[in-house]
Amino acid sequence: MKFLAARRRNPLVALGLLLAALVAVGGGYAAIANVQPAQASASSQTQVEEGKKLYLAGCSSCHGMEAQGTANGPTLLGVGAAAVDFQVSSGRMPLAAPGAQAVAKAPSYNEEQVAALAAYVASLAPGPAIPTEEDASFEGANVAQGGVLFRTNCAQCHQAAGQGAALTQGKWAPNLMQAEPKEILEAMLTGPQSMPVFSDGTLPLENKKQIIAYINNLQNASSPGGLDLGRLGPVTEGLFLWTAVFAALIGAAIWIGIKAR
Amino acid sequence: MSTTSPVETAGAGAATYVDQRLGSNKFLARNLGKVFPDHWSFMLGEIALYSFLVVLLTGTYLTLFFKPSMVEVIYDGSYVPLKGVSMSEAYSSTLDISFDVRGGLLIRQMHHWAALIFVASMSVHMFRVFFTGAFRKPREFNWIIGVVLVTLGLGAGFSGYSLPDDLLSGTGLQIARGIVQSIPVIGTWGAFLLFGGEFPGTDFISRLYAIHILLIPGLILAMVTVHLIMVFTQKHTQFPGPGRTNDNVVGYPLMPVYMAKAGGFFFIVFGIIALVGGLVSINPIWVFGPYTPDQVSAATQPDWYIGWLDGALRTMPNLESHIAGFTLSWNVLVPAVIIPGIIFTALGAYPFIEAWVTGDKSEHHLLDRPRNAPTRTGLGVMAITFYLLLFIGGGNDLIASAFNMSFNSIIWFLRISYFVLPPLMFVLTRRICLGLQRRDREKLLHGYEAGRILRLPHGEFIEAHEPLSVKELAVITSKTDIAPIPTPQKTDIDGVKNKKYAIQSRRSKLSHFFYGENVPLPSAAEIEAGQAHVAADAALEAPLHAYEDADQISTFHGGVLHHPGMAATNAEQQNEH
Ligand code: HEC
Ligand code: HEC
Ligand code: HEM
Repeated sequence: MKFLAARRRNPLVALGLLLAALVAVGGGYAAIANVQPAQASASSQTQVEEGKKLYLAGCSSCHGMEAQGTANGPTLLGVGAAAVDFQVSSGRMPLAAPGAQAVAKAPSYNEEQVAALAAYVASLAPGPAIPTEEDASFEGANVAQGGVLFRTNCAQCHQAAGQGAALTQGKWAPNLMQAEPKEILEAMLTGPQSMPVFSDGTLPLENKKQIIAYINNLQNASSPGGLDLGRLGPVTEGLFLWTAVFAALIGAAIWIGIKAR
Repeated sequence: MSTTSPVETAGAGAATYVDQRLGSNKFLARNLGKVFPDHWSFMLGEIALYSFLVVLLTGTYLTLFFKPSMVEVIYDGSYVPLKGVSMSEAYSSTLDISFDVRGGLLIRQMHHWAALIFVASMSVHMFRVFFTGAFRKPREFNWIIGVVLVTLGLGAGFSGYSLPDDLLSGTGLQIARGIVQSIPVIGTWGAFLLFGGEFPGTDFISRLYAIHILLIPGLILAMVTVHLIMVFTQKHTQFPGPGRTNDNVVGYPLMPVYMAKAGGFFFIVFGIIALVGGLVSINPIWVFGPYTPDQVSAATQPDWYIGWLDGALRTMPNLESHIAGFTLSWNVLVPAVIIPGIIFTALGAYPFIEAWVTGDKSEHHLLDRPRNAPTRTGLGVMAITFYLLLFIGGGNDLIASAFNMSFNSIIWFLRISYFVLPPLMFVLTRRICLGLQRRDREKLLHGYEAGRILRLPHGEFIEAHEPLSVKELAVITSKTDIAPIPTPQKTDIDGVKNKKYAIQSRRSKLSHFFYGENVPLPSAAEIEAGQAHVAADAALEAPLHAYEDADQISTFHGGVLHHPGMAATNAEQQNEH
């Protein structure tokens, strides 16, 4: 014990520890950084070739021949396959018309083509991969915990019940009532447009699953109180009051006035 | 009204019966026989009263289960998506009311809907009183009580909305705290006092609870009582009509007709509230989650009656000034303190302002038709327009997402409209009122245009007019024109300078503005002549009616009105015979 305690104070030991730590971190980083190219090479070369063709034809005008970005669109280097999958399969890309925000519409590419585009963009630089089925499954995730996380991280834009809301300058956070688990995960991983990126570092996958479980719960929740008025809170309640309820009351007042005569 | 109907005798009998037993010395017999005029818009105040009763009843039930406490608890009730979440006892007890107390959710929803209806019906009641001039002498004090009641209603609603400690109510409270803080000099100190320290603190919900269930309902109850006693002793106003004057009341006796009607109406209001409370969700706090200061939901809104204040806050440009080390937040102070202050002061003072401007000191028991007070009606519409614009501001984010607009443009639209639309609506309303007055005058002089052209036997064409009904004649001629205050003289006959000239001349100008453009009623003689003329026209038409009414028409043609199925030419007519 004495021996160890004495050695621990030795400045050389500190240096040694520091070195060891650096090696561990550096090696770990290299190992992780290596994963992406490995994946890219695993996906068949023909798919990347196919993706490149599609990219040059449909996307390069805005995102540049090398995906380096142009005045009309940001660079796609490092956005990852997940971003391409999210943007293209939701129909947001290719951008139809300039506006406050890209609008989701019917997709212009089929699944195979989307996968090819994603593979091509991912082959250019590492980035988040398309979530697997396993990643997006939320079996057994804690819904209540997901609710807390949703209200902390998402409700300020998407509204507490996930009904969506307006952001500044004509932008908006969409209603999440139709969002698929994979789409939700991709949105969190890639942070489309004004939405921030929730990387696995800030929000571990386990927490993301809880959020997905909570959104899923919102999507399927019945309304214990009756007609839910869009779950938008006091505005729709006020509207209902001044139209339906007040009309009924005034109608009754007039009717009883006639009856009493 | 001189003959007593069997109904009236029955009512009087009941009153005497109770009187004899209470020793109330004919008090009831005298007062229950009192006559109340009848109009649907006189029921608006009753809606307010009955919804308040429902609020009291349901609120009492809620107090049995609600815990006004900020103690942190871990939720373990039956609403799964919140199980295990830490929250205040206030919030968890509201969840329990909603999910674990028998009938709790129904009662909560009834309470909340009734509260919304309470404030809404008070507001509409106030509009009725305003536009018909019912606040004029001798009812100014009752108007002021009404303004206090509306203010208390807003306080009751806001304090209730804040109790469950959900995400919406916490956000609302934080805004309220900001408003208190913005008041110069006492703000910071006041907020500390009110909230017992930093936000959210542990004291506030229990303080708010005392205010919500004791102080405000008590004040409302007291005020309502005074309000009703005053209505009773001053008697209700009535709309103009045949036989109705400033000195009588035409209507039904309080007992039993009015009582039966009012009792029935109470159950209808109760029923509607129960129906809505049972079928339509309101304030689903489980969706919003418990309040924590680090969370906020997009599209957070207050209940409708606070919406206008929220709108004022949302649309105010971001202005601040720093004076001697103090910060003045105009962006909060103006919309949340100064504007409401002005609005409520002006509202309370209005009867006195109008009386001063018009110099009208007489008592009024006959209501004005809004068109006959064009400036007042214009001011009312102007105020409502301003209010609605603020209200739209309160929902700007939802409007933006519902209609795909940018809410920055909505804010700019509103900022400009605040200054443009209300005056425009004032001018427009005033014009419309004066136009209606002119039409009334026409009707008195020439009767109704029947829309028929008559050709008289000697070939002249005239447009047929019809005389006014007795009721309409009474309604239109009820208009009393108040002469504007004459322009003052700078010096009197003896050459003494008039010290009050400046204020008097301003008053005279205002008074001319108020009533000066009113279209005067024709004189009684003119009306009589006009109506006689109309009657003469009608007499000219009489043979035609006789002809139309006749079963059989023998050979008669030329210059005759043709009805469908009737012979149109001479030849056809010949063939018929
Ligand atoms: C008309 C121009 C245009 C075309 C064509 C277009 N894009 Fe885009 N793209 C944009 C713009 C602009 C943005 C940035 C949107 C924003 O952030 O508001 C963008 C964003 C993206 C992003 C998200 C980048 C990030 O940082 O997350 C992806 C991925 C993307 N585009 C992929 C594609 C693909 C794949 C195609 C071809 C199928 C395509 N785009 C075609 C203009 C275009
Ligand atoms: C700063 C505001 C903001 C926050 C915070 C935010 N989002 Fe978003 N989110 C957006 C915007 C804006 C879009 C639309 C992007 C687009 O159209 O490309 C969006 C899109 C989405 C979509 C895609 C919806 C669709 O219809 O395709 C999902 C799913 C989503 N967000 C989930 C989340 C989740 C989960 C969180 C919390 C972890 C979150 N968002 C936090 C702004 C936000
Ligand atoms: C004696 C009278 C009253 C009593 C005893 C009472 C009692 C209560 C209680 C205990 C709550 C909290 C429980 C809950 O949130 O469900 C509450 C909430 C509330 N109260 Fe009252 N209240 C009274 C009058 C009023 C009045 C006059 C108004 C409005 C004009 C009002 C409006 C509200 C509102 C809006 C809520 C929030 C309800 C919700 O959605 O949960 N209350 N009240």
